[in-house]
Amino acid sequence: MASLVGSRVERKEDKKLLTGRGKYTADVTFAHQTYAYFVRSPHARAQIKNVDISKAVKASGVVSVLTGKDIVNDKIGGLIAGWRIKSEDGSDMKVPPHPPLASESVNYVGDHVAVVIAESLDEARNAAELVKVDYKVLKAVVKTDEAMKSDNIYKDIPKNLCFDWLLGDRAKVKEAFDKADKIIKIDLINNRLIPNAMEPRAANADYNPSTEEITLYTTSQNPHLARIIISAFNGVAPENKLRVIAPDVGGGFGSKIYPYAEEVVCSWAAKKIERPVKWVADRTESFLSDCHGRDHVTHAELAVKNDGTFLGFKNETIANLGAYASVFGTVTPTYLFGPCATGVYKMPAAYSNVKAVYTNTAPVDAYRGAGRPEATYTIETLVEKAARELGMDPAEIRMKNFPTQFPFQQTLVHSVDSGDYVGGLKKAMEVADYKGFEKRKRDSASKGKLRGIGLCSYFEACGIAPSPVVMMLGCGIGLWESAEVRFNPTGNVTVFTGSHSHGQGHDTTFAQIAADQLGVPIENIEISHGDTDKGPFGYGTYGSRSLTVGGTAIVKACDKIVAKGKKVAAKMLEVSESDVEFKDGEFIVAKSNKKKTIGEIAFACYLPGTYGEVKSPLPEGEEPGLKETSFFDPVNFSFPAGSHICEVEVDPDTGKVELVKYTAVDDFGTIINPLVVEGQVHGGLAQGIGQALHENCHYDDSGQLVTASYMDYTMPRADNFPNFELGFTCTPATSNPLGTKGCGEAGAIAAPPTVMNAVMNAIGTEISMPATAEKVWKACQKMKKANSEAA
Amino acid sequence: MTKVSLEVNGKKVVKEIPDHTTLSVFLREILNLTGTHVGCDTSQCGACVVHVDGKSIKSCTALAADLNGSKITTIEGLVSNGKMHPMQEAFKKTHGLQCGFCTPGMVMSAIDLLNNKKNPSDKEIRDWLEGNICRCTGYQNIIAAVKEAATKM
Amino acid sequence: MKTFNYHSTKDVKEATKLASSSSAFLAGGMTTIPSMKLGLASYKDIIDIKRIKKLSGIKVSAKSVTIGSTTKHVEVANSKEVKKALPSLSALAEGIGDPQVRNRGTIGGSIANNDPSADYPSACIALNATIHTNNRKISADKFFTGMFETSLKKGELIEAIEFQIPEKSCYQKYPNPASRYAIVGVYVAKHKSGVNVAVTGAKSCVYNEKNISNALSKNFSASSIDNVVVSSSGINSDIHASAEYRANMVKVFAKKAVEAC
Repeated sequence: MASLVGSRVERKEDKKLLTGRGKYTADVTFAHQTYAYFVRSPHARAQIKNVDISKAVKASGVVSVLTGKDIVNDKIGGLIAGWRIKSEDGSDMKVPPHPPLASESVNYVGDHVAVVIAESLDEARNAAELVKVDYKVLKAVVKTDEAMKSDNIYKDIPKNLCFDWLLGDRAKVKEAFDKADKIIKIDLINNRLIPNAMEPRAANADYNPSTEEITLYTTSQNPHLARIIISAFNGVAPENKLRVIAPDVGGGFGSKIYPYAEEVVCSWAAKKIERPVKWVADRTESFLSDCHGRDHVTHAELAVKNDGTFLGFKNETIANLGAYASVFGTVTPTYLFGPCATGVYKMPAAYSNVKAVYTNTAPVDAYRGAGRPEATYTIETLVEKAARELGMDPAEIRMKNFPTQFPFQQTLVHSVDSGDYVGGLKKAMEVADYKGFEKRKRDSASKGKLRGIGLCSYFEACGIAPSPVVMMLGCGIGLWESAEVRFNPTGNVTVFTGSHSHGQGHDTTFAQIAADQLGVPIENIEISHGDTDKGPFGYGTYGSRSLTVGGTAIVKACDKIVAKGKKVAAKMLEVSESDVEFKDGEFIVAKSNKKKTIGEIAFACYLPGTYGEVKSPLPEGEEPGLKETSFFDPVNFSFPAGSHICEVEVDPDTGKVELVKYTAVDDFGTIINPLVVEGQVHGGLAQGIGQALHENCHYDDSGQLVTASYMDYTMPRADNFPNFELGFTCTPATSNPLGTKGCGEAGAIAAPPTVMNAVMNAIGTEISMPATAEKVWKACQKMKKANSEAA
Repeated sequence: MTKVSLEVNGKKVVKEIPDHTTLSVFLREILNLTGTHVGCDTSQCGACVVHVDGKSIKSCTALAADLNGSKITTIEGLVSNGKMHPMQEAFKKTHGLQCGFCTPGMVMSAIDLLNNKKNPSDKEIRDWLEGNICRCTGYQNIIAAVKEAATKM
Repeated sequence: MKTFNYHSTKDVKEATKLASSSSAFLAGGMTTIPSMKLGLASYKDIIDIKRIKKLSGIKVSAKSVTIGSTTKHVEVANSKEVKKALPSLSALAEGIGDPQVRNRGTIGGSIANNDPSADYPSACIALNATIHTNNRKISADKFFTGMFETSLKKGELIEAIEFQIPEKSCYQKYPNPASRYAIVGVYVAKHKSGVNVAVTGAKSCVYNEKNISNALSKNFSASSIDNVVVSSSGINSDIHASAEYRANMVKVFAKKAVEAC
């Protein structure tokens, strides 16, 4: 039987999604449905003096109006920060309360104040206009780099500082810098982004008064996490009385990992009014209240020798957390950012110091790549600048500092198990025709265009992750993953996974793995996920972890199935267990024609009695049934890496940047389904290029979100991209039996510096993201002036 | 309230609806045709694209009352005799979708393109799809899907 | 969206009779419907004029192209007659919004709305258009009075727009990367009587950039724009483009338009 792992298998989930039969949360409507509309703060920072709902409750169709006072009265807990970070001085991070409905103060435009529940959405929305909130408006803190110098948003949090974190050794770095021939310095802004999954967030909670159980449909990447938080922290219902279902989910990119206020409120309200409560965000609400991404202000320095050898690195970053510490808000700019900021290089000494600040903006949390794009942008901008200042080829300086021995102990945290960075960059240069660039540059020049080339080599730590490590670093949960493989008596298989697909294609890739492991045709395997009442607890999908952690759990569970199968086959074939081999779905006895298919074994396991002539196939003491569960906790992170090369053409008259060529060569270890992996790379690149050239979240000085619609927030569209050229190298991961490393975030991590390095190469001067036409035009004007003055 | 009479996916539909009912609400809430998605509700993202009398439009920005007498085709109506439309097949073959949320609008828009132009170039496809935002695929495999479908339609 | 009464009308008289201070005419609805959804506008009566036959269609004569107010962008873009007589206008129509917007949006709706960054108002100014309403004719330079404002009276309905065919013309736009509306759009038209350089996107209302048109009237070549000064005073400044940048792009795109004429 041909192996499915490595094949371009068309996706099993596509038919339903292509024919309009997908079922997303907004598509779920219960009998006696009610509709929720949230009253949100129009101010970035204000005290709530009074909330008057007297008119709203009397409005047509209104069922209930709930406010922050009801939250307090019902003792509903606040939203949580999931990762505890300590400052350099050993003190704990400072976290303000984050109630699902505010009763004392509002801290960003879009913050939740009240909810109106009505018979129809129109009625809920109309009545929401009648909720009168009396605010005392306060001066908002908006800018990342001014937060520590501004008014304190929360009285117990001086300088709006959540923590001042250090990773690395300042003294060793100083020593290294003292020895340097040259110190390269940069100041960077990592622009704030709005994730913009195409499916707006939604929740629909149904309460069954008979069983006292709440069923919550929600747009989640992680329904199990939603359940435990809404139970254990918000206290809406005990875990065994709360079922969370994340049906088809229309993209997440990090923004749907954890529950938001709306899920908590809908669940709580459904129980209160004993009717189902549905909320679907409109796009404006998505812009205002989905967690945003990135938003760093960084000063970094690289100490080098004249021959290009790196000696040391320092990174001083201010990270904007927004108004509250979100679930992964504190780990993103620390452990996901700091260690990777030294890049893919041998770096004798390094430190990352991150000050995380509160501002009156939407909370910032993980967004595709989470911390690693910011890290890679920092180091790869520095390395490119170092090459320029030392007069070296940017490829050469990278090659010189790559590690070539694996495992490679990276400077700050990670032990990188495998990689071939030299081979990856060489392949990228080949695919990109690096040598032919000068000719292409001349061709562009003859058309009046400035052509530039940019490189980036990256590594990332993903497949999160080993529970003992992450918990030691402050994570409030373990990050293992579960799988349950259930043979049905007739021989087909249901695989339950604790991870969750919202576009990644688990139904297919996970089925490919199980099909290979069990020798069962892929069409007889069903992957089940997204429902806390089906299958064991799990940790969902983010951090490129599904395959390396969740996929491995499936392999382990399949191993247990095969182990039991061998025992049963031995009994049935009347041989000893050690004589039985399992291959391609059959239990065979070597040098004989004795065999049993796995289907026969499964059937036998479910009929263990003696029936006429048929004797019980189960060995003594073996339980009936064929179902196995595995909880897999990896021993290490996984470390995808790669080199990307991009070429741009700039029109100096307008400043418009056209991306003309993009090459990505990545090492994701073993690839299960190239079709799916290529799609993941394309998507990541589009988001990374979006950050470099197009996207920017903009708050004005009063904290109003200016980019709150597609009229003002630039979403990359089909005509913004060329066809990307992809290549792969493969050094299998050693930390999981599949050898996989994860591929979901790579594009978003590598693309921003790749593109920016190309733009800066084209125009000959530094520029910040996004490289919009106006910024580039101004830079070109400046260069023109400087050049003419020099001449 | 207004009475509208439409042909939706080949079936005649007569309903009494509030005057401000948009076509997307009509399809989703009244006919339970939830394959048409609403991503922005202000005609920028294209998730809600359907065909009205053979032409693609954004259903969130059309009043159902205004379309009285029209023939509407939604993503659900493309399947005939249990077989997917060549455009749907092509999206599957080339992995032109990931989360699937923008997909119905993308497919409906792409079919309209091929109805207007038989063998569009990459650039023509990218330009045409200007009104359809996808956050997952980076568009590359969508372009491939449209080209693949062009050989079959 | 707040509820309203929807009226489908068959002739101009019926439509104008229904009009009041709390009504709006509905053509393509590309702006009206999103505006109502976002709570920026609400009306008691929505008067649909799309079924009024005489308001739709294209007529071309030796001197002019006349387009009915409910004619859709796609019809102007694809019209063989317009492509032949006034290719710059069909090209402009082809560049409005996206295919779905072009399948619904109408020329009358676009100019009645007078969005400061819409494309059609620049065509009206550049091509010395006459706006035909149900009770008068208005020349384009008197029609566009300010941001989202026109000289239309309440209940007055645009029936057609008559464009003068110039000797040469071209429209060049620099689209806003997010909305795809014009950050700057420049419509250059060389008439016997002189040159118009209509600019959209740059100010609160479409206008004729006299400094450039005077230069081009003397010498119709891109190089004659080089030394023209376009002041950035009165030019829009927002997160997408500063006044300085827009003012420069007016020149850059005027040059592109002249080169492509």
